[in-house]
Amino acid sequence: MSRTPLDTVEHATATPDVELPWAELGLKKDEYERVVEILGRRPTGAELAMYSVMWSEHCSYKSSKVHLRQFGEKAPQSDAMLVGIGENAGVVDVGQGYAVTFKVESHNHPSYVEPYQGAATGVGGIVRDIIAMGARPVAVVDPLRFGAADHPDTKRVLPGVVAGIGGYGNCLGLPNIGGEVVFDACYQGNPLVNAGAIGVMRHEDIHLAKASGAGNKVILYGARTGGDGIGGASILASETFDDAKPSKRPAVQVGDPFQEKLLIECTLEAFAEKLVVGIQDLGAAGLSCATSELASNGSGGMRVTLDDVPLRDSTLSPEEILMSESQERMCAVVEPEKVDRFLEICDKWDVIATVIGEVTDGDRLEIFWHGGKIVDVDPRTVAHDGPVYERPYARPDWQDALQADDANKLPRPGTSDELKDQVLKLVGSPNQASKQWITQQYDHFVQGNTVLAQPEDSGMIRVDEESGLGVAIATDGNGRYAKLDPYTGAQLALAEAYRNVATTGAKPLAVSDCLNFGSPEDPAVMWQFAEAVRGLADGCLQLGTPVTGGNVSLYNQTGEAAIHPTPVVAVLGVIDDVARRTPVAFQEDGQLLYLLGDTREEFGGSAWSQVIHDHLGGLPPKVDLERERLLGEILISASRDGMIDSAHDLSDGGLVQAVVESALLGGKGARLVVPDGLDAFTFLFSESAGRAVVAVPRSEEVRFNDMCGARGLPVTRIGVVDGDAVEVQGEFTLPLTDLREAHEETIPGLLA
Amino acid sequence: MTARIGVVTFPGSLDDRDTQRAIRVAGAEPVALWHKDKDLKQVDAVVLCGGFSYGDYLRAGAIARFSPVMDTVIEQAKAGLPVLGICNGFQILTEAHLLPGGMLGNDHLHFICRDQKLRVENADTSWTSDYTAGQEIHIPLKNMDGRYVADRRTLDELEAEGRVAFRYLDVNPNGSLNDIAGITNAAGNVVGLMPHPEHAVESLIGTGRTDGLPFFTSILKKLVNA
Repeated sequence: MSRTPLDTVEHATATPDVELPWAELGLKKDEYERVVEILGRRPTGAELAMYSVMWSEHCSYKSSKVHLRQFGEKAPQSDAMLVGIGENAGVVDVGQGYAVTFKVESHNHPSYVEPYQGAATGVGGIVRDIIAMGARPVAVVDPLRFGAADHPDTKRVLPGVVAGIGGYGNCLGLPNIGGEVVFDACYQGNPLVNAGAIGVMRHEDIHLAKASGAGNKVILYGARTGGDGIGGASILASETFDDAKPSKRPAVQVGDPFQEKLLIECTLEAFAEKLVVGIQDLGAAGLSCATSELASNGSGGMRVTLDDVPLRDSTLSPEEILMSESQERMCAVVEPEKVDRFLEICDKWDVIATVIGEVTDGDRLEIFWHGGKIVDVDPRTVAHDGPVYERPYARPDWQDALQADDANKLPRPGTSDELKDQVLKLVGSPNQASKQWITQQYDHFVQGNTVLAQPEDSGMIRVDEESGLGVAIATDGNGRYAKLDPYTGAQLALAEAYRNVATTGAKPLAVSDCLNFGSPEDPAVMWQFAEAVRGLADGCLQLGTPVTGGNVSLYNQTGEAAIHPTPVVAVLGVIDDVARRTPVAFQEDGQLLYLLGDTREEFGGSAWSQVIHDHLGGLPPKVDLERERLLGEILISASRDGMIDSAHDLSDGGLVQAVVESALLGGKGARLVVPDGLDAFTFLFSESAGRAVVAVPRSEEVRFNDMCGARGLPVTRIGVVDGDAVEVQGEFTLPLTDLREAHEETIPGLLA
Repeated sequence: MTARIGVVTFPGSLDDRDTQRAIRVAGAEPVALWHKDKDLKQVDAVVLCGGFSYGDYLRAGAIARFSPVMDTVIEQAKAGLPVLGICNGFQILTEAHLLPGGMLGNDHLHFICRDQKLRVENADTSWTSDYTAGQEIHIPLKNMDGRYVADRRTLDELEAEGRVAFRYLDVNPNGSLNDIAGITNAAGNVVGLMPHPEHAVESLIGTGRTDGLPFFTSILKKLVNA
């Protein structure tokens, strides 16, 4: 993009008729006209670059904003919330002076184009968000969704994504403690690679992304800026894939986890010495985003000399430098007298750091190149005043037919042998099978604080070695439920993550979400999105768990075919003493198994309907959030008071899936009795929400029953931990060896 | 009295704080050492911990071996200073020729993280005396380049001299020759292994076993009784 003369503000004013490539940069005509209106002239090339990336769907949330407001408007009162939506990540008070920041983000599109680097830089980006809040990252989680398990392209995408997450996260020294792996043909051309991270800090260490104090220096540190990822946000994440267009690989960034590890350590050291006034990581939209957000969130303006940015490629144009999404870079605002010490710390860690500008008195963001002023804008217009769309939305015309296609009417197993056969098929199906082949490629142990990691119901990390204070996190989502009813589907995702946290003994505190949907230009998709957001906001209000932040990923669509609407919900919880945590695995023969909650005939969207009948129809399970809250309270009390030795939440696959997992993990079988009023099939496969299975030592039986009775939670004794088989009395006996083979050999068989 | 055990932090070291904690749990005093600093601060022993020193983009441990701190570690190890290399630390020790052989990429080409069963083959080193020979233990393993290799003569020598300190049991997780998980030098002061004993010192954390603690109590007893 060499142009003579340099396209300065002055030049732009003098040459109003020059045509700029706004369409190629992803801007719509009316959006470009709005830029011209804001500036009162045509933008320079550099300004156009900034507006185009910052006003992209990915950065501006232009289609989703009007709906996302509900998370603020309906936010429950919560004493725990320290920093809410709008910052790099939300921050929650977990007690004893500790604060925890967490967030889930998507890196879907890059991971399809280039699985390894796409997934790796997804981890890198979310981790920098956590550091930017002032916290030490302590764990990551990865909710993943791929196309059909046996599709040839899944064998390209999945191993690359998993290796990328491992290659990056393992090298950063972050334990990977949770997440999900789901297969469904709807994700074939649009895998969902979501990444979550948790960080811990003391209350007084919270940092925000703002540039204040005229004269303060703006320091860019970390990797040099290169040509990778240029236009990533606007071109990749904000458009539908189309086979006819050229490969988008050059727009995917390349990660260097070693550099990021140094960035973590040197940033934390600078924080510890209180050298940083404001900080922002460079992710999507790179320097355009960091400078405009820092400046617009602060009290003054900012002046930046782009010539001072260290480059990997000296031929880059100023527009490219502003748009580059080179990884492992951060931008700090530092008082002049502290700059030397800041640079010294960077030098200690061999991190390149350069003063590229300063905070000014005015309210303009001015950027210079070769002595000419190439950007002169009000930073708020770039960062916050992007277009807002009231996209039309409408309930799709096929929704009624889908819901009328009732899964409860599907043929059920007629004999005990058929029932047994379907159990084996279920626990060995790709979605229900053990994901150990995948998760063993992630480090679970590093940092030495991992109390629970997948396949536990939630990951749990010790925060304080003395007191045993800990935090738990679970991520859940079920696109099949959400397709049947997006409002309920979003609430079911919330309910499941909430339940998973409570099952391990932690009290749910707050929510982050990653909303993965198709094209917002399709009214049917927009309806799914609106319904899901409404459901999630209503649910969070009822459960008292505010949404602290998150991410929206739209355009997950190939041609006309959108993915299932897939809201992924992360719930963060706190536990006073991690010694009281409850694991999934059966611990001791003779312990009594209790089913908590009500079981109804609910098979819409169920794993059984998918595995046995390849069917999706009907209504998802009913949601009762008051029941979820009560169940959570019981699970937390029982764990704190030592009344249960193991617990497992019931979700996809129903009771039999949960019991088989607990049995295999503990190496102990179970004898089950079908309770009165239920048939064996419904007992084993129903996916009614608000349920868990717990193992109670005989000495605690009375106390546990009394507690449930007093608080009105239905509790049914369903059997006992015993032997080396899962037996359903009067129906079948399945030896653990057979179950293990079915459960553990599927994924390696497909992917290894 | 207690012992002061140094833990070196290279850029890219990951388990330095964990190793310091393990040393504390065992009752010794951890001392942080820095890769650019030749000074070992008069510690009584040194642990080279796990991670990806300098990114390990060349060959695991190949760059760390030339860092200033290693000049001193190599010199003093030869003079008898107890040195334990865990994972990346083991790789650095072989690159530094304090231990023979080397590590290649896992035979299955994936990173692997698992609770690994081992047999203690040599309980006479500075770092293993709190075990008994033949004892079976579980220690977490997590690495990308863990396949121990050496030429036939070196292997024969290691076996003949009882210098294979730990062997993988049940599953050989990376294709290591002779199922070797860890080795010692002839003097028994330098030990390297791929599994991570520092991740197995507290009953609540990680796999919930404490089978790694004897590494740190072994050296503490040796130093205190010395």
